[in-house]
Amino acid sequence: MMDDKTIMLEIKNLHANVGEKPILKGLTLSLGAGEIHAIMGPNGAGKSTLGYVLSGRPGYEVTEGSVTFNGQDLLDLEPHERAAAGLFLGFQYPVEIPGVSNVQFLREALNAQRKNRGEAPLSGAEFLKVAREQAGALGMDMDMLKRPVNVGFSGGEKKRNEMVQMGIIDPALAILDETDSGLDIDALRIVGDGINRIMRKPDKAVLLITHYQRLLDYVKPDFVHVLADGRITRTGGAELALELERDGYKELAA
Amino acid sequence: MNLATPTRHDEAWRYSDIAAVEAAWPLPAPESIIVPAGAQFARTINQDSGAIHQLDIAIGKGAAAAVHILNVGGSYGRVELNVTLHEGADFKLGAVQIGGGMQTLEIVTTVTHLEPKATSSQIVRSVLAGTATGTYLGKVAVARDAQLTDSVQSVKAMLLDRSATANAKPELEIYADDVKCAHGCAIGELDPMGLFYLQARSIAPADAKKLMLQAFVAGVFEGAADEEVLTDAALKKLGDLV
Repeated sequence: MMDDKTIMLEIKNLHANVGEKPILKGLTLSLGAGEIHAIMGPNGAGKSTLGYVLSGRPGYEVTEGSVTFNGQDLLDLEPHERAAAGLFLGFQYPVEIPGVSNVQFLREALNAQRKNRGEAPLSGAEFLKVAREQAGALGMDMDMLKRPVNVGFSGGEKKRNEMVQMGIIDPALAILDETDSGLDIDALRIVGDGINRIMRKPDKAVLLITHYQRLLDYVKPDFVHVLADGRITRTGGAELALELERDGYKELAA
Repeated sequence: MNLATPTRHDEAWRYSDIAAVEAAWPLPAPESIIVPAGAQFARTINQDSGAIHQLDIAIGKGAAAAVHILNVGGSYGRVELNVTLHEGADFKLGAVQIGGGMQTLEIVTTVTHLEPKATSSQIVRSVLAGTATGTYLGKVAVARDAQLTDSVQSVKAMLLDRSATANAKPELEIYADDVKCAHGCAIGELDPMGLFYLQARSIAPADAKKLMLQAFVAGVFEGAADEEVLTDAALKKLGDLV
């Protein structure tokens, strides 16, 4: 067993509704520092809901259970406070925001984080240096960073942009909701490398939400969980993902 | 000239704060501006004190006029433009009105294309909170001789509260048969998913709203001599609202 100090995210008996409909039905899960966990499961099992509940999306209501993040009651925080505390949600469908440039948006985001950590805001030039490094590492053109957030980006570019954002924000905990969907093979490798580079650290943790084994070829999980009908029904090591890929979820649900 | 105080039955004053209009009545004669053939004219109106501005602008052959308006101040603010375009003349309007509380803000334009080949473009953005009312009434009239007129109206309003009101009435009256008159009109709310996305990147709700509203009004003051002053004043007012 891990001792308490190393537990980063602790979800206990989490129940949540979207509108009137119960989606999460008693989900329990612990993420230790330095660990990468993958959550797999059939459509409609509640995978994306988990990501939204943890990040505080309005309309996703927790009815029972608790979530602590580095010992703090996560559910008590507003969405921006959760993010400032170090939680990052990689969106399955990154949102387009016409008129707001990536650079402006990310500088505000990073400076909000720095403020929370008691650090001075970065100047425009200092920020651009960080942004250029992260964009370069993910093979993204600086010109794209100057464009409005996600507007006119292809599916793959949007996902890559999520990773650039993650690199700039440098969170303690990343919940990545189907970051692998919509990526071609080369982009998948680049994104996988990005996750390892940014998040594979002793004081960080990752929750990868995915349908497929293929991302896990690049980002090797320490634990794989099956989420079905709103709770974790099975937990194993990396080999569980291969088993799922071979046998499907049906076998496991039984 | 009709000197009677307007009432709600007058189309151009239908959404006005009639009590404020009565208090201001009778108004001085509209400011008359004549732009000579081939000349350039530019004017900025920063309505920050609850005033009624009325301008008559006649734009001569091949001349150009640009008007930028920031309509934000006082309990009742109105800017009324009556523009006449001669052959090949050009008129540009970029206007932003931002209102909260119980403010009533209006921009009322009549743009008459009298002669051929004149162009006009009007961009109006309104941001309204509380129980504020923001109105744009914009009539484009094209005379029988004014062939090859090219006119555009882009009107958008953003409501920050369900209790706020936006009125938008782009209106066309066309007597020529070879013209291009485009008009677009939309009234909406801030995209909740966009707001959540910004908050999920640690931007506080008020800052997230401000960022999106800043984008909404961006570009309207482009080309204005005091673009920066207008933009800063607009951002300050947006900051007060969110």
